[in-house]
Amino acid sequence: MKTAVVLLPGLNRDRDMIAALTTITGKAPQTVWQTETTLPDVDLVVVPGGFSFGDYLRCGAIAARSPVMRAVAAAAEKGVPVLGVCNGFQILCEAGLLPGALMRNAALRFVCREVKLEVVNAETRFTGAYRQGQVIRCPVAHHDGNYFADAATLKRLQDEGRIVFRYAEGTNPNGAIADIAGIVNEAGNVLGMMPHPENLVEAEHGGTDGRGIFESVLGMSPSLAA
Amino acid sequence: MTAEPAITPELVAAHGLKPDEYDRVLSLIGREPTLTELGIFSAMWNEHCSYKSSKKWLRTLPTKGERVIQGPGENAGVVDIGDGLCVVFKMESHNHPSYIEPYQGAATGVGGILRDVFTMGARPIAAMNALRFGAPDHPKTRHLVAGVVAGVGGYGNSFGVPTVGGEVNFHSRYNGNCLVNAFAAGLAKTDAIFYSKAEGVGLPVVYLGAKTGRDGVGGATMASAEFDETIEEKRPTVQVGDPFTEKCLLEACLELMQTGAVIAIQDMGAAGLTCSAVEMGAKGDLGIELDLDAVPVREARMTAYEMMLSESQERMLMVLDPDKRAEAEAIFVKWGLDFAVVGRTTDDLRFRVLWEGREVADLPIKKLGDEAPEYERPFVAPKQRPLIDAAEVPAPEDCGAALLSLLASPDLCSRRWVFEQYDTLIQGNSLQRPGGDAGVVRVDGHPAKALAFSSDVTPRYCEADPYRGGAQAVAECWRNLTAVGAEPLAATDNLNFGNPEKPELMGQFVKAVEGIGAACTALAFPIVSGNVSLYNETQGQAILPTPTIGGVGLIEDRTKTARVDSLKAGDVLFLVGRDGGHLGASAYLATIEGREEGAPPPVDLSEERRHGDFVRGFIRAGTIRTCHDLSDGGLAVALAETCMASCVGAAIEAGDGPDHAILFGEDQARYLVALGEADTAGFEAAARQAGVPLRRLGVAGGERLTIAGRLDLTVRAMTVAHESWLPSYMSGSLVEAPAAA
Repeated sequence: MKTAVVLLPGLNRDRDMIAALTTITGKAPQTVWQTETTLPDVDLVVVPGGFSFGDYLRCGAIAARSPVMRAVAAAAEKGVPVLGVCNGFQILCEAGLLPGALMRNAALRFVCREVKLEVVNAETRFTGAYRQGQVIRCPVAHHDGNYFADAATLKRLQDEGRIVFRYAEGTNPNGAIADIAGIVNEAGNVLGMMPHPENLVEAEHGGTDGRGIFESVLGMSPSLAA
Repeated sequence: MTAEPAITPELVAAHGLKPDEYDRVLSLIGREPTLTELGIFSAMWNEHCSYKSSKKWLRTLPTKGERVIQGPGENAGVVDIGDGLCVVFKMESHNHPSYIEPYQGAATGVGGILRDVFTMGARPIAAMNALRFGAPDHPKTRHLVAGVVAGVGGYGNSFGVPTVGGEVNFHSRYNGNCLVNAFAAGLAKTDAIFYSKAEGVGLPVVYLGAKTGRDGVGGATMASAEFDETIEEKRPTVQVGDPFTEKCLLEACLELMQTGAVIAIQDMGAAGLTCSAVEMGAKGDLGIELDLDAVPVREARMTAYEMMLSESQERMLMVLDPDKRAEAEAIFVKWGLDFAVVGRTTDDLRFRVLWEGREVADLPIKKLGDEAPEYERPFVAPKQRPLIDAAEVPAPEDCGAALLSLLASPDLCSRRWVFEQYDTLIQGNSLQRPGGDAGVVRVDGHPAKALAFSSDVTPRYCEADPYRGGAQAVAECWRNLTAVGAEPLAATDNLNFGNPEKPELMGQFVKAVEGIGAACTALAFPIVSGNVSLYNETQGQAILPTPTIGGVGLIEDRTKTARVDSLKAGDVLFLVGRDGGHLGASAYLATIEGREEGAPPPVDLSEERRHGDFVRGFIRAGTIRTCHDLSDGGLAVALAETCMASCVGAAIEAGDGPDHAILFGEDQARYLVALGEADTAGFEAAARQAGVPLRRLGVAGGERLTIAGRLDLTVRAMTVAHESWLPSYMSGSLVEAPAAA
């Protein structure tokens, strides 16, 4: 299994993601710097979290226009699985690979805590390791995770089963519309999510609920019992 | 270019230099200084940079130990943790800027301390923040809490370091002067530590990082004076932080250090270019020549004076191996940062500054730096306060109500509202996050080790008795590290006091340092770095003496630790240490009786060590999995916090004595521990043998905390009281202090 992690200045969960992918696949992912115009041939491309370019414009807006993101878009077009987490999700939205936008949290404060996620669609490439409707634990850490889409987009997302994760049991930390925590694109190969599954993949993280996403998309046998 | 202003006595005074200090300047250089030179003296000789009032006393602190690689005097302290690794850490205040502009003041405080750590070649792995604000009902307090917490989070979260601990307290004595003490720790290889001492003559001095602007000009001088009503005019002296640039600077510096290009490196903090250049030269017994025309600037027509005193953030100065220049420069280009040769080292021990083709400063570098003035300020030791006998303190009619009041009080309530604004888990190594006794972070890449971090001081004890308060701060920090199973390694001190020119305030400082020194010696817990912040007063009102201690501990086997949230039904609870009896200067006396009186609890350091070593031994043996130190609010608060964190109740029988003394007494050297029934016999026998007093308190289980004959509360009721105060206060919905019911 080969994976790649996109590196942009200001991202800071790249190391977490690299560690998680290494733990899960047994092999360190390749890293791709912002100025690269091509991606290596891999089974999964990840745009990790952080504050790319300081997020001084809109979150992810500057990063979305970097050369490497054009390469990510081209790979996504070809069907390569792409995962964007937190800032990565914001970047994918800004790059037009996913619909909608991430606004400032409703409370206008950064929030770092554990939430519950309902696996709304267990039939995507990223969620096969989970049961439909399963509620998993996952941490969040963001200032701009308040997902928004217009009514027509929202209806499409719902009708097409593209809402993958919802905040469950009243744990929506940011005011996201319809409790949306993660969505996929129309083709189903691009997942964007605000929570950080890479921070919950080892026993020492306090749980391994986040592993399923990586194991699903990489076609590994689930180790959720671990 | 207009002519420089004349150096008048008013101008000298405006630079914070006393007449005798200015006379010293004149005799040192044998002529009137230029304006730039006056600015340089002001920057180097102010209290913040020169430690001129505190140096004499700081020298008395124990700073050495088997594991200490670098003590005070560098950017941060360095302590060996074995396997070729070391932990690099320091705590530093950003009090004055945070009061003037809370978001940026706090943010740049975090940025500054992170830079101190990565300047030495360490990747930051943990941060803490000790915050102290005015009374909750003071009109500025809520604004300051919101701004400071957002600033701490805004910088640390974006930079990408987990905040794993800290403190938040409120007291009216901080009304005009909040405290922001930022701690950072990093991990480095012991054979790849970088220092600030310049070596080699004629080598390029290179400017790295962000451009220089006019922000923060004269910041360190501002921080060396009391506040008055002109405070709003001081906003331009506060720097503006850019965590994105700092994150890039971190990555660029760590890459650069691997190339072997760095001979010496120093971050630009207080007094910016001046202080960093002088320190590098003075330490290495070298002169430095700077050409300001080469300094990257972001504003046009900056004067030499402004460039030398700017405190623009995210900048570094280094002495470069010229053979590695191309390689080094390429790294900074990749990260979009400035890299400019701005000077060279010389052999004449002069600090020379060129600007627009002429010399604007030519000063003796050693006199500016390590031979700056030093004072022996007169001091008077504070009077001893009387001991308060518990029998004189009215007993509570309802112990349960008293406990709820304490749990919901500003100083003891849950800090969740604060720490949820900090990224506590980034880097994926946080094993214990805020809310327990100490933050615990595993050593990245190491199969077994972890590091523990705690920040502590009880200012009301220090006010009551600075010696005892200083010792207690060290003891509590040591105890908190012990409570998670760590071996306390070393500490950093952040000494916040009032005006040292007032003998009674200087007396607080002197006595507190003595107390800290005694405790650090007795507990083998040396001070390896630190910072002194004096003149924390507004309109003559000084803060409570607040010597914050930031401690670091080592966990050899991270599978054998204790936590506060792991109590399970059936666990047997023990009190390690004697029964409570001391109510003087306690949280109970202040919160329930409204009295801030009496002597603080005695600190018996040998008892502290004996009890701590005993508890740690059982944690490391895997016997004790749940542990909590006893501090503010005594036994009852420790029990409540453990039950709330673990979501389980307990049925307790405490000792005989006055209810409030037993429940809320703040006697030191005590722990609440829990273990399985099967292990209790051996535990009790070992305690007898070690001479450690032990009381079997009862068994965990159910949904209520009952203390026989004294109180009976549901865990839920305690949790509601504990969790409500801060969010209600911050949302402005708090009408009055929560009713004790």
